[in-house]
Amino acid sequence: MSWFKRQKSGILTSTEEKKETPEGLWHKCSRCKYICLSEEHAANLWVCPECQFHDRIGSAQYFKILFDDNKYTVIAPNLQSADPLNFKDTKPYKDRLRQAMESTGLKDAMEAAYGKLSGKPVTIACMDFEFIGGSMGSVVGEKIVRSVDHCLRYKKPLIIISKSGGARMMEAPFSLMQMARTSAKLKELAEKHIPYISVLTNPTTGGVTASFAMLGDLNIAEPEALIGFAGPRVVKETIKRDLPEGFQTSEFVLETGFLDKIVPRKQLKPFLHEVLTMLTANVK
Amino acid sequence: MNYLDFEEPLRQLTEERERMAELAASTGISAADTLQSIDEKIEQLTRDIYSQLTAWQKVQVSRHPDRPYVLAYMTALSEGSFIELHGDRGVKDDKAMVGGLGMVEGQPVMFVGQQKGINAKMRMIRRFGMANPEGYRKALRLMRLAEKFNIPVCCLIDTPGAYPGLEAEERGQGEAIARNIYEMFGLRVPIVVFIIGEGASGGALGIGVGDRVYMLQYTWYSVISPESCSSILWRSWDFKEKAAEALKLTADDMLALGLVDGVVPEPLGGAHRKPEEAFAQVKKTLLEALQDLRRIKPEKLVAQRREKFLKMAVYLEK
Repeated sequence: MSWFKRQKSGILTSTEEKKETPEGLWHKCSRCKYICLSEEHAANLWVCPECQFHDRIGSAQYFKILFDDNKYTVIAPNLQSADPLNFKDTKPYKDRLRQAMESTGLKDAMEAAYGKLSGKPVTIACMDFEFIGGSMGSVVGEKIVRSVDHCLRYKKPLIIISKSGGARMMEAPFSLMQMARTSAKLKELAEKHIPYISVLTNPTTGGVTASFAMLGDLNIAEPEALIGFAGPRVVKETIKRDLPEGFQTSEFVLETGFLDKIVPRKQLKPFLHEVLTMLTANVK
Repeated sequence: MNYLDFEEPLRQLTEERERMAELAASTGISAADTLQSIDEKIEQLTRDIYSQLTAWQKVQVSRHPDRPYVLAYMTALSEGSFIELHGDRGVKDDKAMVGGLGMVEGQPVMFVGQQKGINAKMRMIRRFGMANPEGYRKALRLMRLAEKFNIPVCCLIDTPGAYPGLEAEERGQGEAIARNIYEMFGLRVPIVVFIIGEGASGGALGIGVGDRVYMLQYTWYSVISPESCSSILWRSWDFKEKAAEALKLTADDMLALGLVDGVVPEPLGGAHRKPEEAFAQVKKTLLEALQDLRRIKPEKLVAQRREKFLKMAVYLEK
């Protein structure tokens, strides 16, 4: 008996009969491995319906979630890095920029736009992690400066969604100075009593944490995001022992007193609308 | 005296001079002429070496173990009148960030800065000049105190970065630095900043927002140390020299990029060779800056400070 012996050799399904599974039709949660339709996952705002894991998303998705009818006007869409140091490590910074632009379709790690959030005019600046780790160089700084200018002119609240590995090393000193520029500009906004809500998402570290991300009138975060100044690997090397469970998560940062609230993505829009309404109610 | 690797010829010559001097003393034979010619040689050699330092060599000088640290400047600039003030009024007194009041040529100045330890024990206590959040909050408390009594602020920066420890994260290192930068943009008294050694990253900028920012000749200021930059971008610790060049972190580079206001000359061979000369240069620069800045009304001073930093970006728009 040849139960296990092939009777006929080769693939027998003809090409016409093969079932095509389009790329990306299914989404598998990177944490709980739950599988659902990508469509369903997107409709759930890229949050796993099973374990509530918040997938990392970009500025286009946040704009879609927050702006009414996905309608908005982009601020300074043509800004791009000038490579002021003519920087080269294992490859030239110019090449890295070109590659990042090609693979993401973005010009840098932040997009800014204004529009309406549940009827309320707002300006939103949002970082894109896919663009060189969401690192901050002159362009990210300038987008924030222009966004604040827009808010000052039209007395609109500002929302910044952070998601960054920190400084753009290839713009070394200019990258550092963006911490100063963005903070200076937010100081100006505060003096005019215009609210600024900082939304920290996974991950927010380094120079971004040590500047605009921690300077909100309210600092809020998505659940389970990594938030810190030094990265976990560096902290581990410093203290030479394992890090406690949950160290540098949103929940940890809330507990240590540096966040006002953890807001799941699905509640983000109604939450922002509610607090902005209250914050601006008595300001002329 | 400690010598850096590129100072090896200098070390040999200096030892030769010492032997000669000893010999002369023990034998009673006058060697004045020989010693003088060696002295001249030493000076010429120092001049030669120091006139062509690479970026990495300047980083090495900035970390020289004999280099004067922040408290030495505070004491010297205030001619001994310096009173150290402690504590952030919240958690504790951070030993890596020091500050206090001193009279400089008849006018009070509030000093703040990161202090590295002067010996092995103190280096541990002061965490090599890496401040914790309470250090930044102490600095801010002292700056606000200065503002209340219309006293100018002088920040002296010498840090390899903010401390990346567990407790630092628990107490909000990021928030502490952000808050300082933010509040310094509203401080209604003159702020003069000197980088006297290392100026690394947000840890430096946390007390680095000034109406005038100066770097001493052999110091560095950047977003990351050349070693860490090498490890991240080259994925190896061996490219620190290349990284130091690429980062444009020297005083001359930073001046050329328009990110600092001036370079304070150091004595031949670095501040540690003749600390008194270094102190005098810093004092002179501070007094000149204060003379200018004290004439400006607070509103204008704050507006100019913001304008100055807002220009620090390079981008294309097309």
